[in-house]
Parts: sequence; structure tokens; C-alpha cells
Amino acid sequence: MSTRPGLRLTLFLLLAPAVLWLGLLIVLPHVEILILSFSERVAPRIYVFGFGNYLEFFTEPLYWRTFARTAIMSILVTALTLVLAFPIALYIARVAQGRLKAMLLLLCLLPFWVSELVRTLGWMMLLRETGVVSHGLQAIGLTGERIEFLYNDGAVILGLVYGGLLFMIVPLANALESLEPAVVEAGFDLGGSRWIVLRRIVVPHAMPGIVAGSIIVFMLTVGNFATPVLLGGKNGLWFTEQIYAQFITRFNWPQGAAFGMLLLLLSSAIVWAGLRLTGQSLGTTLKQA
Amino acid sequence: MLTKRAGLKLATAFAALMIAGTAQAAEKLRLLTWADYAPKEVVDQFTKETGIEVEITLSNNEEMISKLRATQGAGFDLVQPSQDRIAGPQTEFGIYKPLDLSKIRSDQFIASMLESTKKNTTVDGKVYGVPHIWGTDGLVVNTKAAPKVADYNDLCDPALAGKTSFRSKRPALIAFAFANGMNPFASYGDAKAYAAMMEKVGAKLAECKKNVKFFWDGKDQLLNALRSGEIVAAMAWDTGGWKLNSENADIKFIAPKSGALGWVDTFAIPAKGRNDEAAYKWINFNMRPEIAAKVAASAGNFTASNGADKLMQGKLKDQFADSFPKTAIDNIKWYPAVPAGIEEIEGKVLDRLKAGS
Amino acid sequence: MAQSTDLDLINLVKRFGSHAAVNDVSFSVAPGEFFSILGPSGCGKTTLMRMIAGFEDPTSGDIRIRGRSMIGVPANKRPVNMVFQSLALFPMMSVGENVAYGLTCRGISRAEAEERANRMLERVGLKGFGERRVTALSGGQRQRVAIARCLVLEPTLVLLDEPLGALDLKLREHMKIELKQLQATFNTTFAYITHDQSEALVMSDRVAVMNQGRFEQVGSPRELYHHPATPFVASFVGETNRWQGEASAASGGTISVRLPSGAVIQGQGKVADRAMLAFVRPEAIALAQDPSALGGLPNRFEGRVSAVLFDGANSSLLIDTAGFEEPVRAVLPQAGPLAGIQVGAPVHVGWTADAMKVFAA
Repeated sequence: MSTRPGLRLTLFLLLAPAVLWLGLLIVLPHVEILILSFSERVAPRIYVFGFGNYLEFFTEPLYWRTFARTAIMSILVTALTLVLAFPIALYIARVAQGRLKAMLLLLCLLPFWVSELVRTLGWMMLLRETGVVSHGLQAIGLTGERIEFLYNDGAVILGLVYGGLLFMIVPLANALESLEPAVVEAGFDLGGSRWIVLRRIVVPHAMPGIVAGSIIVFMLTVGNFATPVLLGGKNGLWFTEQIYAQFITRFNWPQGAAFGMLLLLLSSAIVWAGLRLTGQSLGTTLKQA
Repeated sequence: MLTKRAGLKLATAFAALMIAGTAQAAEKLRLLTWADYAPKEVVDQFTKETGIEVEITLSNNEEMISKLRATQGAGFDLVQPSQDRIAGPQTEFGIYKPLDLSKIRSDQFIASMLESTKKNTTVDGKVYGVPHIWGTDGLVVNTKAAPKVADYNDLCDPALAGKTSFRSKRPALIAFAFANGMNPFASYGDAKAYAAMMEKVGAKLAECKKNVKFFWDGKDQLLNALRSGEIVAAMAWDTGGWKLNSENADIKFIAPKSGALGWVDTFAIPAKGRNDEAAYKWINFNMRPEIAAKVAASAGNFTASNGADKLMQGKLKDQFADSFPKTAIDNIKWYPAVPAGIEEIEGKVLDRLKAGS
Repeated sequence: MAQSTDLDLINLVKRFGSHAAVNDVSFSVAPGEFFSILGPSGCGKTTLMRMIAGFEDPTSGDIRIRGRSMIGVPANKRPVNMVFQSLALFPMMSVGENVAYGLTCRGISRAEAEERANRMLERVGLKGFGERRVTALSGGQRQRVAIARCLVLEPTLVLLDEPLGALDLKLREHMKIELKQLQATFNTTFAYITHDQSEALVMSDRVAVMNQGRFEQVGSPRELYHHPATPFVASFVGETNRWQGEASAASGGTISVRLPSGAVIQGQGKVADRAMLAFVRPEAIALAQDPSALGGLPNRFEGRVSAVLFDGANSSLLIDTAGFEEPVRAVLPQAGPLAGIQVGAPVHVGWTADAMKVFAA
């Protein structure tokens, strides 16, 4: 009998760091943001409770259009990342062996040893009008003029796909690795073409990995800040820029907080819809990822 | 390998902590300022004279205000926002402390500038800022590639499509308002009229947007693009223009026909500053003509210190004279204090400008 | 022209580097035949099967199915289907979808494929299982799904890669019979590979014994058992006593072998080399309490029971016998005067020259 309270205490002590971490660093700030998002300024230093900040989002087309644009581009980025990552993950999981496999994973990881900002600046060096790509094209005579590749949606998508690739490859390769080779061979043996085997056997098997990777990449993309700001230029307004603008340049914290909560809610809703659409549950996805 | 690396990191962090700990022991001034406003030479001399160490954090107007707002005015002992950005945020957030003018040697300041800054930064009869560095916003132009640029509107000239730039910030709104025959400062007090005016300016900028290569954000980004020729004309600070002029005589800072925008960066003390004595010492030290001349040279701008101009290098003076004929100086539009609520109106116009395509 | 064989392998070779996994193998399988390839692990039988299925390309030689060469034909275009060792059912599909998979690959409509899959499931005794998850089936049921999935495509040849390996003994015994019956009902040609000689012997019409990439012998189970062509076949197929010695005399197919102890035994063999191997099946060893009962046998020895290995019908005795380094193995009599013999009991052993196969070592 005397061991029971002792056991409970041990359990409590073991869990304490995790609970503190969750509570202090994740839950508490969000609660504070939530409270902040419901306050409206009526006069200097006087705020009242209200839903005005949320109403502003839905009534001002500027804001929800920016969000819609961000969400649609993020979905596009996620889809592109998936299409690009799949063959790479397939190669890493099914073809590469031993050292080659470790090397390839390391190669995917390497860009993440430098910060996102540096990676993005790297892209700027390559893509700007006086950058490497433009010079290269002139050097081989494909164009006589300097070409600007930067400051458009294409550059933003390129940068975001690049940043998301690793987070797609790892869960995908994980999922594909557990696919028994004989199952794939059976797929061919029974008359399936490459396309049929891919569509009916490999992809369904990798589904938890696909969903996990897509959720991670989508969330990272929707919440990205530096890449769209630096590569996007004059048209690339990302929703996070809107939040930054509210907090930093407009000093309108309640509005920024409301936008932050809306970003969290709406992107969660999109993830939820995606899960429903593909018939996956979050539980199995997390288990596989 | 990884554990070694982690261990190293831990050791560095620990060492940093130790250093921070010892620094705590000495008297310290925590300064939040702009790049180049506190050159090393000046800081070292200050520390030698007073024994006070200076800890410098670099920032810009918006971030200064946001940082102070987040801590309700704590974390720094002295900050340097522009004079028009003091009264509004002070009314709204109470992030500054009234200055004790008896502790400032007013004879070191250019009297007219001190008076106008005091006036602009007064809230409820208390003064919150004194002037330090001033300069203007105008046009930086590669006169060889774009010889015809003389006013802000010329940035929208289709002949320069894809080769111009400005910031998607409030100075652009103000500048284009003046360039199109409006006077935004006169409407500061009338929110409705101001909003209507900004709508018009916003429409003008939206039209101009297709001509712009990018909305510049960092000074270095813009200067690099001007150097490489990717940009041939931009709305920017005089100091950047003069810097490029020293490298390439074709690039000049031009005071626009409708007027350069004049700004004054100040000294202000945060509401929860811990070392006001050191702050006053730093202000008085910095306004000494020989020190002010060094800072002005480092920043590439002019100082509110009385007599420092006599000590300044010839080059900057020549450049100033070239950019500012007498009429242009008279035509400088000095920013009045921004009343609360104005930024809200401007922000929405700017958001729409960035979002629209 | 009617084809009299379903499968022909002609001088088939597969090399991995300098190692020949399959070394010059030729054989034919007749329609409706149950053909097994029996060999220890690593003998090349899996490589052979994967070449027939189309997962490996032969280094040289030809594979023909109903006379058509399969070289360059991809796995999904061959009229051959495989039951994998792990069964390799598709876990992402239901039982019905597993069986219908091959049909839909051929472009058959969903409805018809489902209909045909259900009929096939009924024939293998899995009526009404179509909607179940494959993970919800027992080992035997999964086995049947794997076979049904092949048979529904009416292939010329079904390849089976040790599909009973993962089952427990009781179920394995049962599935042996079931497989044989299935094959008979569908009258499809089966090629079965295994390292378990009992599986091969029970089910097959013909068995090829494979060793180190080559076929040692191809024949009916009885032929292999009673007339092994090589010492490897003699020792690999069935239980046997094995002795080493030197040929001392040979006349008319009978060879005398002198054991290291000096004892001489007589058996049948073709070549009289110096070093010889002699094999006698335990069931060919006659036992008697009285030596006169073994009077007519050329090989007669006296011994003492050293161990009784009781295993039901497979029980055997180990007998320490004068002149033999290893105990002689014989079948434990379960009736007659010697039933119930105990360890330590004296006993006489003997066998005919016919029962002992002698090969050059």
C-alpha cells in the first residue's frame, strides 16, 4: 500500500518536464493570444471584449482573400512536394542500400544545417536578374538579356517546395520501407503494370506516410514567413505577413492575435478535410509517421 | 560527433552566461538604436570616460515600438525612434518616460531643431524626445540610366518598368500624396478626410505597382540592386544615395520636386528604463560637436548638434549641396507627430497594395 | 500444333558474379503435372523459380512456356502466377479485392471480376469471405486466398515458393493434402519448390532434387527414394544409414565395401572406385533375436540397442554394432517378438545387397 503514493510521485516527476513544456510554452501563449484576440480598442489604452477582430477578417475581402491565396498555394506546394518526394523516397526506401542510403538521407538533410534565411538568400543569389541562373543562360546563349526569376509566385513555390522536401521524404521513406518486396512482386506477377502497382499497392501502403508528410509540409508552408517575403516580392503577400504587419507595423495586437487564431483554426480545418477526403484518421497517421 | 557538438554549444552558452554575469556587475547602458548610430570608436571613448558599458541592439521604428510595447517599456535604457513616432505610441501604450530637461545640455543642440522636436514629442505637457540625427527621404537615381526622374511620380514612368522601387511603408504614401498635389500633414487631424486621401494615394500606388521591381525592405537589398543596375530609380534615404554616389558618380540623391521628406531621429527614455543617469550622460556625450561629427560621418547623415557641421568632412557637405539647392531645403516636408489612429488607416491601404496584383 | 509440355527450361544458367546460382538446368513439365524442386537452402531453387516468374533474367539458356520463349517478357505479361513464401497478400485490399486484382489488371470490369472472384472463393471453400480484411484470416485461409488469387487467372503454370513454411505442423500436414486436391480439381500445372522432402514426396508427380545450382536427379518420388542416382539424393531424400569405406571386390553389379574396422559389407553399385559411400534405409534393416532368422542375408551383424527413438510411426532404434563406428539405425518394430525392445538388449541386424546402394565417394 505504501508504494502507491510513491509510484504516483515518481510518475508525476517523470511527466513534469513534458507537462511544463506543453503548458508553459504551448498552451499558455495560445490562451493568451486567444484572450487578446477578443479585445477591441475603443480609445487609447482602453479595450473591451468583442468579436470585432474576427468580423474584420470575414468582412474585409483583403484578409480572407490573402488567406485563401495562402491556403491554395500551400496546397499546391504540398502536392508538388509530394510528387517530387515520392520517387526520391521510393529510391531511398526500396533501391538504395547501406551506405548509399545513409548518404542520400544525409544529402536531403544537409540543406537544413543552415538556417532557413540563409537557404532563402541562396535562392535569391541564384534567381536574381544578375544571379547565377540568368548569367548561365546568357553564357550558353539561350538568351541575350538578363532574366528576372525572382519576385513571383513561381520563386515562392520553388523555395517552399525545397524547404518542405525533407519533411515529406522522411515519413514517405519510412512508410515505403515497411512495404514487403514480395507484395510488390505479387502485384506485377498477377498482371499489374507499373502504374497499377503504384496506384493500387504502393500508394495505398504509403498512405499514412503521404498523409503525415502532407500535414507537416502544409502546416510548415502555411506558417512560413521568410520564404514568401524574400522570394515573393511585391505580389507575394502571405497570410503570416498580414499577422506580422498587424503586430509589428500596425501595433494592432488584438487584430494580429485574431489572425493568428484564424490561421491555426482554418489550417487545422483544411487538414481535417484532407484527412476525411483520403479516409485516414489522425491516430493511425501519427502512429505510422 | 553530435554529442561533442552539443557539448561545445553548452560550454559556449555557459561561457556567454558567465560573461553576461560579469557585465551585470559593471554599470551598463542598454541602447536600442539604428545601424551606424553608435560607432565603436564613440562607444569606446564613452566607456573610457564614464566607466559605463554600452550594449547595443539595432532596430527600426516599428520594431522599437513593438519591442517596448511587448515589455511595457522595459528591457532598454535609451531608444532612438523618429520624432513623429513618439506622441502617438506614447498616448496609446505609455512606453516612454518624460525627459528631465534639466539634465540635458540644451546649448549643445541646434536651438530651432530642439524646439520643434520638443513640440512634436509633447504629450500632456511633458516632453518625451530630443533630436539627434536628421535626414531626408527622396529619390536615389542612376542619372545615366534614368535621366528624367525628378519627382516620385516618375518612378511610375513606363519607360522604367521593372527598374524602380519604393518601400510599401508610410513614407511612400506621404510622398505620393505630396507628389499628386495633396497635403497629408494638413489632414492628420481629420481621420475621415485622411482616409479618403489615402484611398486616392493607394489607387495611384496600385497603378504604379506594375512598374516596381520589388518593394524594398532592407537597405542593403536596395543598395545592391542599385549597384548592379537592376534598379535605376528608387525612393530612399539620402544617406544611401550619397554612399552610392561615392562609389559611382552617376548615382545621385535627388530632392524631389514635390519635396524631400524630413525626419529626425531622437533620444527617448523607455518607461521602465533602469539607468536614466547613464542615458543622460550618453545624450550629452553624443551631442558634443566632435562626437556628433563622428556619429554623423558614420551614419552618413546630419546631426542636431550645434557646431558639428563645421567639423564634418567636405565630401558629405558637397553631396548635400549638390542634392539640396536652397529652394529644395525650404521645400523639405518635415514629419509632424503622427496622431493615434492614422497608422490604422495607412496600414489597410498598404495591405491592399501588397495583396492586390 | 498441340504442345505436349507446359514448361521447358533449356540449359538455363544464372550467374551472380563468378558464382553460378543456377548451372545448366534443363527440364520439362507436362500439362497438369505437380512438379517439385527439392533442395537445401542456397541450392538455387529460388533463383530458378524467380527466373520462371520473370523477376530475374537468365544469364543464358531459355525458358519456354507452351513453346513460347519468355526471355524479355516481363513478369506481368507471363502466363505464370506465383504463390509467395510469405503469401504476399495485399493488406490494403479485402479478400475479394485480392482475388479480383489480377482480373481487373486485365481490364475486366469490376462487376465481372468481383463475380468471378466470388466463384473462385467458393471453390476454395471461402464462400462469403470476400468482404473480410486479409489480416482477419487464419493461416490456412490466407493460403487458400493466395492460391485462389492465382487460379482465378487460369494460368498455364502456378509457381509455389515454399508456401507451407510458415504454418504449424498440423496445418502443414492438412494443407499438403488440400494443395494436392486443389491441383487435381483445377488440373493446373504446379511447380513447387521446397526444402522439405516430405512435402515434395507427398504431393508431387515428379521431383527434381537440386544441389549447388544443378539438378542431381529428376524422377517420381518412389524412384528418388528407392533408386537414388547420386549419393546426395540418397542422403537428402528420406532417412538413411551412411557408411564410408573402400571397394574390395566387384562382380556383376555387386560391390563389396571394406569399412575402416575391417568389416566387409555388400551392396549394389556401378563403379568400383577406391573410396566408396554405402547407403541403407532404416526400414531395409531386418532385426532378429536369433541369428538363424537372418540366415539368407549377405550382410549380418550383431549389436546392442543403444537408444530407442519413439516417434509413433516414425520410431527408430539406434544399434551399436560391431565393426561400425556409428550406431546402425533401424525401424522400431511395433509388433511381433521385438516389439517393446529395450535399451541394452542384444539384437542381430542384416540386409540384402539390393537394399544397399553404393556410390563412388
